[in-house]
Amino acid sequence: MSTHSYSREARIVPIRQKLADIDWVLVGLIGLIASAGFATLYSAAGGSFSPWAGPQMVRFAVGLLLLGAIACVDLRVWMGLAYPAYAVSMVLLVAVEIAGHVGLGAQRWIELGPLQLQPSELMKIALILALARYLHGLEPGAISRPFHLMVAAGMIAAPVVLVLMQPNLGTAMLLALCGGMLLFLAGLSWYWIAPAVGAVAIAASTAWEFVLHDYQKARVMTFLNPGSDALGAGWNITQAKIALGSGGIIGKGFLGGTQSRLNFLPEKQTDFVLPMIGEEFGFLGTMALLTLFAIVIAYGIGIAMRSRSQFGRLLAMGITVNFFLYIMINGLMVMGLIPVVGIPMPLISYGGSAMMTVMFGFGLLMSAHVHRRIDVPRHSSGII
Amino acid sequence: MALEEKHKSRYGTFSRRALLLSGGMTAVFGLLAGRLYQLQVLDGDRYLTQAEDNRINLRLLTPPRGRILDRFGTPLANSRRNYRVLMVPEQTRGGVKAALDTLAQVIPLNDRVRARVLKEAVGGKSFLPIVVAENLEWDDFARLNLELPYLPGVQPDVGETRDYPYTEELAHVLGYVAAVSPDDKARDETGDPLLDLPGFRLGKRGIEKTYDEKIRGHAGASRVEVNAYGRVIRELERVPGRSGEDVYLTIDRELQSFMYQRLKDDSAGAAVMDVETGDLLALVSTPGFDPNAFNVGVTPDQWKDLTGNDHKPLVNKALAGFYPPGSTFKTVTALAALEAGVITPDTIFNCSGAFSLGSHAFHCWKKGGHGPVDLRQGLKVSCDCYFYQVALKVGIDALQASARKLGLGAPTGIEIPGERSGFIPTPEWKRKTFKEPWQLGETLVAGIGQGYILTTPLQLCVLAARLAGGMQVNPRLVHSVGAETVARGNPEPLPFAPESLAAVREAMVATANEPGGTAYAWRITEAPFAMAGKTGTAQVRVISAEERATGIRSNESLPWKLRDHGLFIGFAPADKPRYACAIVIEHGGLNSHPNVQLARDALLLAQKRDILGRRPAYPVTAADARL
Repeated sequence: MSTHSYSREARIVPIRQKLADIDWVLVGLIGLIASAGFATLYSAAGGSFSPWAGPQMVRFAVGLLLLGAIACVDLRVWMGLAYPAYAVSMVLLVAVEIAGHVGLGAQRWIELGPLQLQPSELMKIALILALARYLHGLEPGAISRPFHLMVAAGMIAAPVVLVLMQPNLGTAMLLALCGGMLLFLAGLSWYWIAPAVGAVAIAASTAWEFVLHDYQKARVMTFLNPGSDALGAGWNITQAKIALGSGGIIGKGFLGGTQSRLNFLPEKQTDFVLPMIGEEFGFLGTMALLTLFAIVIAYGIGIAMRSRSQFGRLLAMGITVNFFLYIMINGLMVMGLIPVVGIPMPLISYGGSAMMTVMFGFGLLMSAHVHRRIDVPRHSSGII
Repeated sequence: MALEEKHKSRYGTFSRRALLLSGGMTAVFGLLAGRLYQLQVLDGDRYLTQAEDNRINLRLLTPPRGRILDRFGTPLANSRRNYRVLMVPEQTRGGVKAALDTLAQVIPLNDRVRARVLKEAVGGKSFLPIVVAENLEWDDFARLNLELPYLPGVQPDVGETRDYPYTEELAHVLGYVAAVSPDDKARDETGDPLLDLPGFRLGKRGIEKTYDEKIRGHAGASRVEVNAYGRVIRELERVPGRSGEDVYLTIDRELQSFMYQRLKDDSAGAAVMDVETGDLLALVSTPGFDPNAFNVGVTPDQWKDLTGNDHKPLVNKALAGFYPPGSTFKTVTALAALEAGVITPDTIFNCSGAFSLGSHAFHCWKKGGHGPVDLRQGLKVSCDCYFYQVALKVGIDALQASARKLGLGAPTGIEIPGERSGFIPTPEWKRKTFKEPWQLGETLVAGIGQGYILTTPLQLCVLAARLAGGMQVNPRLVHSVGAETVARGNPEPLPFAPESLAAVREAMVATANEPGGTAYAWRITEAPFAMAGKTGTAQVRVISAEERATGIRSNESLPWKLRDHGLFIGFAPADKPRYACAIVIEHGGLNSHPNVQLARDALLLAQKRDILGRRPAYPVTAADARL
């Protein structure tokens, strides 16, 4: 009986068994979305695998191997790695602040030999792991106690502040929202939630006055009135809306997007990939993609619900929420509903770091799925 | 068990919260879907239009401007090929500076050009071509095309510029083209999109202006797809335009140039006309200006030279110069008197050197007087006293009426803008303007073409043509536009008795062919080409009694501005007139009579070239044949 084979005692489960337990339908769905991304990147390059679609496919293949490998690692191992991962990510975030390389006007990279490491990407996973680990160890309702809440909030706030200082508004928002959601899921009392929402509102207005960089303010202002500077900062939003809208119901056809092909649509291969899909495949195509995303998210929620351990539940839900937040922020951004913050569309947008983060996340989600029947005691600190 | 309970409650809380969160996520997906629906389905058409606006540019194709040719097909205004070199900075290898260095080995490039190109390259978009050099010699251009493979980023280009090969000689007839001004745009009623085209040149004066819409042609259009940086990706559609139409003038370029060259140092207006049709063979105003300069834009220095010159090169004196006709007007007075029946050709008046009217003495130009004078003698020697007395008998009303019938005092209706109507006074006009009655003395002065009367050289040419041909001809410059002949009315005979006209003509023949005639010294000696004519000198200053007593100063001794105007009207051949001519040289009333000399030479040249007998380049229509 498989239930038995994942028990606390039976620590060694054959890899073949674990691989068989992976939800291959979910992997298929992820592959389907990624394929839509390849097609889009192929079209963005004017019908060529170079420079985007080809490398993206290689990365996705690597990501799939990563996913499989991570899925096969015992959930309790991940639990044991949670705090160290968080600590390492924090150190790297501080390091980037000190010795970071200035790229795109923001300090976001760290040079590790030939690799460019983006600690904020690492932190997206590490924060979920660490929070899930911490919240797992709390008694029911304990999260609403000031001490525990302080610790959890501090765990969220520390990386958020560092990422904001980079400055990277999009990722900071993602981290804060994702962390907040985990606290919410862990049962944070509504008596805390209501004032917290108020506090965020005040913090946001304060941030506008004192913390936000000029380019960030400009983005917000442009967002509020894109027409005011149609050829300058508002250009992106205006052209993205034109690209999306001009696709109509059925789109202009594969390789037929004029906005993207003629470069009216900026950053079409990265942040503004969705308008390109909208232009070439229309309302129907875009809705199909959104539906695929929704199904993947539903799978994630299902995995979380079926997980026996609180850590597994929170981890699965954290990954799912994180994935959802990517889609939400990017979608709202390219449709002109929120300011432009640099958040890519997961699995679709060209970019190595984001692809690896997302696939790593899905690996953890799959690990939670494979090891869903393991009941981890509250006081366990995992397997290291 | 409590632990189990707690465990369950923890799971319960998570499930509830997860469900709640799922609801929230669903709501967000709903929002995204709704927004997509709004953008793509509801507003899709609007955004599609915007996307098309983004990518499609309408580019106008300038049609080649039509030529202007003389009657024998000599091009007077051309659209000259302009060999240019363009450079696209982004296509150069090693930058613009290096590319210029290489280019300088092929075509001449001075430092000023290099500095300008470098400056433009820094300021402009790197894919937009910069004009490096224009109006290249063919040899240079050909060499450039050979070397092209070694000159990345360099583009040879053949553009168009307006070229007036005869520059000053035809400036006042042809006018010029220049950039479209806001005023032109405001006045334009055609709505022609060409006017909005940068670099488009519009006809500003002369034939270029009058026939601009015909000469400029119709713009073609090219719909091109451009990318976000404005670079053309491909042409989607091309609507060919129609090139401008050629305009054939009645002018004979050789006669025009000949007359211009003779008058170029003077301030003068002159015309030569076909007596039967009114076709102008020459229409000269000096000094001229170089119309090519306006094409590229006149520099402030050039403009100062043009406007500060006391010979007024920008005024078309042939149509807009006002001159008292002087003694040339005596032909009108004679004809009016004959028609009124107040004299016959044989009526004799005595000239004692002055004619007294009341207390005032009206002097003849000849101090001792001419003695008894008849019509023929009066015109031949240009006796003032004779015409004082004739004018007195005719009266101002009949005089001014005849003047008008002969084409004075009203615009001739020539095709080019800027014509002025001249002036023939009437007693009513004087009463209205000065609140004074007309004086008899003023009739006397009018009789010799002085006083209020003002004419243009073109009007005087019409006068000569009408006297010579007896028909009410009107001048014209344009024979045909494209393949279409400009309609022209058949001239009616003048409402004068043929005998009266013959008497005046005979006197004009005597003037230029018999000893004693004022133009005898400058007659055409080859009998078949003999000319007839009437000289005129128009005073521009008042001669005081003292000066008259001590001897009138010669024009040669006076400052230019105070000298008399020299005038002449004439026609040839004397026995069967074909060519009429009028010449006015400002302050040129010299003893050497350059005005009469030029009339002689011009009429002789016209006849010897047989301008009217030769087949013109334009198709001769039925209307032409009838004449």
